[in-house]
Amino acid sequence: MRKLVFFTLLIFRFFAYAQDNSDCLSCHDDKTAKGTRNGKTISIYMDEKKLKGSVHAKNKCIDCHVDLKDAEFPHDENPKRAQCATCHDEAFKLYSAGLHGRAKAKGDPLAPGCGDCHGNHEILKKKDPRSLTFPLKVPYLCGRCHKEGTPVQLQRNIPQDHIFENYSESIHGEGLLKKGLTVSATCASCHTAHLVLPHTDSRSSIARKNIAATCTQCHMGIENVHRKIIQGQLWEKEAHVLPACVDCHQPHKARKVFYDQGMADADCMKCHANTALISSKDGHSLYVDFAQVKDSRHAKIACSQCHSAVNPSKLRPCETITKNVDCASCHAAVGEEYKLSTHGKLFAKNDENAPICSECHGTHHVLGKRDPRSPIFATSIPKLCAQCHRPGQAAAKRIKNKKDDIISEYKESIHGKGLLKSGLTVTAKCTDCHTAHRELPSSDPLSSVNPKNMAATCGICHSGIEEKFLKSVHSPDVTKTDKKLPGCNDCHSSHTISRTDGDNFKLGVMSSCGNCHEEIAKTYFDTYHGKVSQLGSSKTAKCYDCHGAHDILPPSNPDSRLSRQNVIKTCQHCHPGATKMFAGYLTHATHHDPQKYPWLFWVFWGMTGLLVGTFIIAGAHTLLWLPRSFQWKKKLKEIEEREAREELEAEQSESQEKNENGKEK
Amino acid sequence: MAGKPKLQFQRFTRIQRLLHILMIVSFISLALTGMTLKFAYTSWAYFLSHLLGGYQTAGYIHRFAAVIMISVFTIHIIDVVRLKRRMFQSWKALILGPDSMLFNRKDWDDLKASLKWFVGKGERPEYGRWTYWEKFDYFAVFWGIFVIGSTGATLWFPEFFTRFIPGWVLNVATIIHSDEALLATGFIFTVHFFNTHLRPEKFPMDIVIFTGRIPLEEFKLDRPAEYKALVESGQLEKFLVEPYQPIVIRTIKIFGWTALSLGLFIVVFIIYAMIFAYR
Repeated sequence: MRKLVFFTLLIFRFFAYAQDNSDCLSCHDDKTAKGTRNGKTISIYMDEKKLKGSVHAKNKCIDCHVDLKDAEFPHDENPKRAQCATCHDEAFKLYSAGLHGRAKAKGDPLAPGCGDCHGNHEILKKKDPRSLTFPLKVPYLCGRCHKEGTPVQLQRNIPQDHIFENYSESIHGEGLLKKGLTVSATCASCHTAHLVLPHTDSRSSIARKNIAATCTQCHMGIENVHRKIIQGQLWEKEAHVLPACVDCHQPHKARKVFYDQGMADADCMKCHANTALISSKDGHSLYVDFAQVKDSRHAKIACSQCHSAVNPSKLRPCETITKNVDCASCHAAVGEEYKLSTHGKLFAKNDENAPICSECHGTHHVLGKRDPRSPIFATSIPKLCAQCHRPGQAAAKRIKNKKDDIISEYKESIHGKGLLKSGLTVTAKCTDCHTAHRELPSSDPLSSVNPKNMAATCGICHSGIEEKFLKSVHSPDVTKTDKKLPGCNDCHSSHTISRTDGDNFKLGVMSSCGNCHEEIAKTYFDTYHGKVSQLGSSKTAKCYDCHGAHDILPPSNPDSRLSRQNVIKTCQHCHPGATKMFAGYLTHATHHDPQKYPWLFWVFWGMTGLLVGTFIIAGAHTLLWLPRSFQWKKKLKEIEEREAREELEAEQSESQEKNENGKEK
Repeated sequence: MAGKPKLQFQRFTRIQRLLHILMIVSFISLALTGMTLKFAYTSWAYFLSHLLGGYQTAGYIHRFAAVIMISVFTIHIIDVVRLKRRMFQSWKALILGPDSMLFNRKDWDDLKASLKWFVGKGERPEYGRWTYWEKFDYFAVFWGIFVIGSTGATLWFPEFFTRFIPGWVLNVATIIHSDEALLATGFIFTVHFFNTHLRPEKFPMDIVIFTGRIPLEEFKLDRPAEYKALVESGQLEKFLVEPYQPIVIRTIKIFGWTALSLGLFIVVFIIYAMIFAYR
């Protein structure tokens, strides 16, 4: 008996210990087997094949249904659910902290448990295409609850709508569902699989401060692409001021603008479409012509992207806005340039005349520079700058040493005519030389029109000239001197640039050279070339005809136009028959320098001596003659009168004779 | 005899008068255009240059006038040869005779006598066909044409001339050309003008060079030596001609006034440039 008891115990023990799956299947293998749960009749059939094909093939039923371990047969009507946490404690911990877990703990009937997503006995590895959690299936899995019309979407506070639909149309959804890219982001990639939390929870993977980290799991190095805005590191440092990924790339509706309720443009326009709306502070109009926004470059930018710091939880979400629009939050690089400019510096000093972005670009109707309606369209630029830089206007008054009417001058210049009369939009306008955002006075070494940078600035359009110039004597690279070297503007001027083939330029450039080369210019004007030029001849050799213009080199340089090798060729440009002897003509000769030009000096003074001598002798002769000449004139007159008298007398006597003769007859 | 105009003495031949007119035209043209270049730095030169049609046209006028003047000179030389054949028979008579253009003993005596007369120590000398100052004027033109003409040619054709002469000679030529021209214009428009036209007994002008004829009485008093010689040789009758019609005289006077005015005008400009704008 003891033996029997022991055996029985042993068997029981064996049973109890090695409570086998077959023991469970003895009941649960029956397809018609029914049980009740929570008062409902349910099938208690368990397909062994499924279990054998699942990841849990080697597990025993009681490994999961731990409460049935050692249980009597048939066990309780209401056994506990399978305990995944026994093995998957990490995942379960996350799940429990998450939205789903907490809801479940609260007994929310809509809250999903492990099995809702992973299945029950048929659980497969997520790499298995048949698995419920296979990436391609994840959207459908989540979509079971998170799509339109489901109880979850209807009864629970889910801020997003059309999640599944939007996702499937997004770049991620398209990649995953249409293109079969299993690496494409699924719901779980962003929301995580188990710790699903709302974005308002700071621990959430989609919380504002974590978004960048979440997205960069896949989009590695994306900060390099967004360098303009975040400069490679600002996302980490200043996540609170910078736009998060989802500010521009909508979470589900990628490629479509999307904004939270209350932050959408339509919400703003509820008030701002009213033309009578004014600021309670200073009474300026707060009306926004939304059609203009839609017509602008910012058509796809939402109001709240520029007017940041709105709070959708407020009745007036814009109530929390305290700062003016900062364009630099997107246009960061431009903003940095602006800060360096005179405009920006004045703005930093709170100068009331300092131009800000909107003064040139407009506010809601921001148009691209290629739009002819835009105030920054090429042909409109001079007018735009003139608003302040015209004589009498703010900037013209501030820049005291500039009295010239630069705008009118520009209009008459080759650039101005090209732009405004010929409509050549590629012609240099204010912004091409002064830059659009970093304009500085020419005295500033950073200025694009500083003498040091001038050649490079002009060289942007005048390709090749800069290279020539930098090799010439006028280049600071070549001539090291304390004296001022000429830049482009010293010969071409800055705002009155004219055609170089026009007479005005050709004649004017001589005095330009003469500004520095005073003596040598004077001697030039003593020669035939100089004199004819002074009379207005543009054909006669000018400084640049012999010396070159941008490529001026000292005659000692073999490459110079005036070097021994080249000078004859240079003369031959105008004098085809020029020879070596011809080239000996002194183009800068003066008769005032006995050391340098003794021949000219002495010939000049010889000729002058001859002239003065002749005039002294002839003049003295003439002056001495003058009084005698008066006397002689008198004498001649006397003689004349006397002769006339005599003649008259003779005539009279003749006629008397005739008369007497007649009487006699 | 009453009403019939008095005969006048023919002093210049038709060709001589024509050459002098051409000389005036070319000389004034050369002076005007040349001065614009010499005084290019003055505003009047700039104005004048443009008035004449611009520096280029002024240049053409200058060269064209130069050709005329050289032609005048050449024709004169030919005419002198013809004159020798017709009037003097031999070179000796032409050169050494009393009517020679060359300086001779009488000129020296006349000069001394003139200076005495000027200072009141003698009577007016009995001048002959050509006075010493006329001869001076005549040879000044010879000298001028040679000096200005030769330097002008090198400046006109520099490429040709620099085959034989170095380039710097052109610079020297420029100075000579220009200063000699200054001397010539200055001399003609002041000294020659005074000696011939502006001195009181001829004031305002002596048109003998245009008409070629001079009233006999005036001739008798002005050139007593020549008159006497002609009377003695009995050849005076040969040179007596009828005076021109008043219309001809008027035309000549208009031309004379124009030339005279232009000359004085140039002198004023030169003086202005030399005093106020010289450099």
